[in-house]
Order: sequence, then structure tokens, then C-alpha cells
Amino acid sequence: MIDAWEPRPVPTVTPETEPFWSAAADGRFLVRECPDCGLVYHYPSALCPDCFADAEWREATGAATVYSFAIHRHLEFWPDDDLPAVFAYVELEEGPRVITNVVGCPAEDVEVGMAVDARFVPTATDDVAVPVFVPADD
Amino acid sequence: MVDSEPVFIAGAYEHPTREAPDKSTMQLHAEVARGALADAGLAKDDVDGYFTAGMPWYERGLTPLIMADYLGLDVSHAGTTDWGGSSYVGHVGHAADAIREGRCDVALITLAGRPRSGKNAGGDEFHTYQDAFEVTYGATTLSKYAVAAQRHMHEYGTTREQLAEIRVAASHHAQYNEHALFRDPVTVEDVVESRPVADPLHLLDCCVVTDGGGALLVVSEDVRAELERDCVEVLGYGEAIGHREGGRIDLTHTAARESGPRAFEDAGIGPDDVDYASIYDSFTITVLQTLEDLGFCEKGEGGSFVEGGTLQAPDGDLPFNTDGGGLCSNHPGNRGGMTKVIEAVRQLRGEANDEVQVDADVAIAHGTGGSLGTRHGSITAVLGREDR
Repeated sequence: MIDAWEPRPVPTVTPETEPFWSAAADGRFLVRECPDCGLVYHYPSALCPDCFADAEWREATGAATVYSFAIHRHLEFWPDDDLPAVFAYVELEEGPRVITNVVGCPAEDVEVGMAVDARFVPTATDDVAVPVFVPADD
Repeated sequence: MVDSEPVFIAGAYEHPTREAPDKSTMQLHAEVARGALADAGLAKDDVDGYFTAGMPWYERGLTPLIMADYLGLDVSHAGTTDWGGSSYVGHVGHAADAIREGRCDVALITLAGRPRSGKNAGGDEFHTYQDAFEVTYGATTLSKYAVAAQRHMHEYGTTREQLAEIRVAASHHAQYNEHALFRDPVTVEDVVESRPVADPLHLLDCCVVTDGGGALLVVSEDVRAELERDCVEVLGYGEAIGHREGGRIDLTHTAARESGPRAFEDAGIGPDDVDYASIYDSFTITVLQTLEDLGFCEKGEGGSFVEGGTLQAPDGDLPFNTDGGGLCSNHPGNRGGMTKVIEAVRQLRGEANDEVQVDADVAIAHGTGGSLGTRHGSITAVLGREDR
């Protein structure tokens, strides 16, 4: 249980991205890996953005560091009691920089370079969850 | 464009309005078109090419047809390339190309929009593939630029006070522009102490939201020869797209590092030859990163570069946005590339406001559309005085 907005609105799920969201509902963060050029990437587009090969799925560890972040004080489509909200890029251990939220700590405590771990926030749909990140245990 | 047929901007017009609740957006298009024609001394029937960027509240894909119908245009060439706010800088280059190819002789470019009156959008909900991975987390234009600022501050020690210098310079210029939305000069302290909107960006780091628009006329050498108006030569342009690169995004750089060299090579000049710069200023960080990427200073040194009045006309080393820019004057339709070109034309014609007029032979207009935090277009145009 994380102290953050839930259930989140259900994002648009397509056949191309469904495995990503359903894995999140199982507590796993999937990235794409290209069998030809080796690129590990996100978002999970079916074809590798570097070489157009058919990509495979790979489970990431969920360990990441904060690459950058911004603090929303007001946000029309966000519940007031979950503000301020930290909009962030985190860099996964596997490489890709991923847009997410850092939750589970005061917004003022978030710093570039801090270690974070993936968590998964439920949506109104059982087979879709939204990955977010919390400060890593020391 | 070195050694190719010269092409000119013969007309430039910025709508004086900043809030137009009682006009249609189409009416604003027509008004700015009329203004640019009058400025150039051309007639409506002279127009045989037309450029504008997409209008998402209309039927997608039919923009050129809808516009030609409303404006009553009879054109042999039209272009509706949409790169967000940078589009209209690109249209100058595209119009020059079309003229050189013989597809038209008088190209009209128009922009209009009414986000300040809140009547810009209308029912056309549109979701991209990327939204699920971005909007889900609170991605907004603000937060997507704020992460760029945060990273630049982290890597290079750029300070909020240095970003504030950019707003201070723009406000210094805006006080002389009777049409500017905000005319009061501000201090670094005013900017730093304005309310946070998406930390590290505060309210005065952000551009204005205005109704309005602008228009340009790009013409061939033969047409130019018939005109008495001072014209501005289109010396070159360059385009580039910056994006996430599958997760390898570098938030400290913009695609200006590619569009700039392309434009300068096209024009046969370098950054040192630039006397005046219109730099897209959706946010202060947009300007800072663009200055670095265009080569006016080293990467990471933008903060110290803008200190000490570098950007302030008339005496700064690189006077910028002498109309007050998007930060203080105008950002019509949330798209500022048009006003960037217009102020560059004013400077080269000697028609900027007296207090900020620069002795300029060469100017650039740079547009940044989209967002630095995900994907953006960078378009750089190099313009020159005819008798330089």
C-alpha cells in the first residue's frame, strides 16, 4: 500500500501495449529488448525504434535513479489531496529513462540521482496497474 | 541557399489584439492576411501560395481546403506542415523553397488562435500513442519543460536567478511595446519569488497566453523588384526534431544543435555574424538551452551568458526578443514562431521600437514547438538586410 492516488484512471491500452499494463498488474515492469541490435527501450513499441526488428519483452528489476523531476502544485485533472505531485523521469537499471511519478515521500525530499524502486498502483480495472516509483530502502 | 535565387519577406503583420472574445479565429486569419498584404503593398489576387499550420479543432487533414475556402484564395501551392509553435519559422523556409522551384511567387503565411478567450479548442479530443505513458503521470506542457530545467540546473549548476535574467530582459523590451500584454519591467527577485507552477519553473518563467495571430508574405525576386517596401532576404533555414530516442532522452539539449548548424550552413554564416536573435521563449529554460545549442555560448554556460544584460537591447551583446517576446508580449494561439519572424523582420527593416532598435544586418528567428521533455521541433531561419 502506497500513500498515493488510487485507483488511477485506466490509461488507454492497445494490443501493442497490453502486456506492459497487465504485467504491471502482476507487479512487474516490462521493457522491450531488441534481439538484433540489443537496444533496451521504453515505451513498448512493437518494432525497435533503432532498427525496426520485432522486439521482445524483458522484465526489468524495477530499480532506477531519478534523472529529473518537476513538482506540480496545481493540476486540473489530479485530485487535490494527492498534490503536490512529483512528475519525474527515472533511469531504469536497464537503461531507459521513463516518465513516472515518485511517490511515498514528501515532494521536497525528491532529488536528482536518488535511488527508487518500482511499485504498482491499481486502477479500476483488475488487469491494468500503473507503475510508479518510491524511494529505495537503504 | 548560398548562390541560389534570392527570396524575400515583403510583408509582416502582427495582430495588435491580445484578447479577442468577439471574433472568430478565421476572422483573425483574414485580418492578419490583410495586414501583411497592406504592409507589402501587394493585392490579395497576387497571392498564389499559402502556408499555415494545423488547426486541431477543424477536420484533420482538410486545413488547406478550409482555409483557402474561407480566405478566398486561388493558389498553386499550399503547405500545412505542423511542428507546433515552430511551424511558422519553417513555413518561411518552405515558402522560399517553393518559390525557387517555381511553384508560386507570392506565398502568404497566416497564424491565428484564441486560447486566452478559451474558444480555441472544441470537441476534437485527440490521444496519441504516447499519452498513456505521459498524461497518466501528470505530463503537461509545464511539467515537460520543468524537467528540462531541473536537469540543466543539476548538470550545469544553472540557477533560477540566471533563468530569471531572461524574463528581465524580455520585460525591459516589452515596456516599449504598446501592444505587449505585460509592459511592466520585472526584476530577478520578482521572477524568483513569483509563485511556483511546476518547480523549478515559476509563474514568471512562463510565456503569456494570448489570442491573436500574424502573417507574412514571402516573395520571389521578380515580385520584390516591383515593390517599394524594404524587404528582408531569407538567407537560410534548418529543421530538426528532438525526441525521447526510445528512452535515451537528454533533457539538457534541444534539436537547435542540429537546426542551427543546418541554417547557418545554408546561409553561409555563423553565430558570430548574428546581430539580433528572436529565440522562442515558451519558458525561460527554452531560451537558455537554445542559446547554447545554437552556438552563442558553450553547452552548460547559458546561465552565465545571460547574466549582465547580454540579451538586452540596444547595448547587450546579443539583443533578443525586442518586442517583449512570448514571455511578456504575445504568444498567439500558443504558437510563437510567427512573432519570432515578425520581430526579426522589424529589426532588419529598422522598424523595431526606437528604444530597442539594433543596428542589425543579420538576424535569426528560432522556433521551438512541442516540449523539451518529450519531443519537439526546432527550426532556425537566418534573415538578412538587403543592403547588408
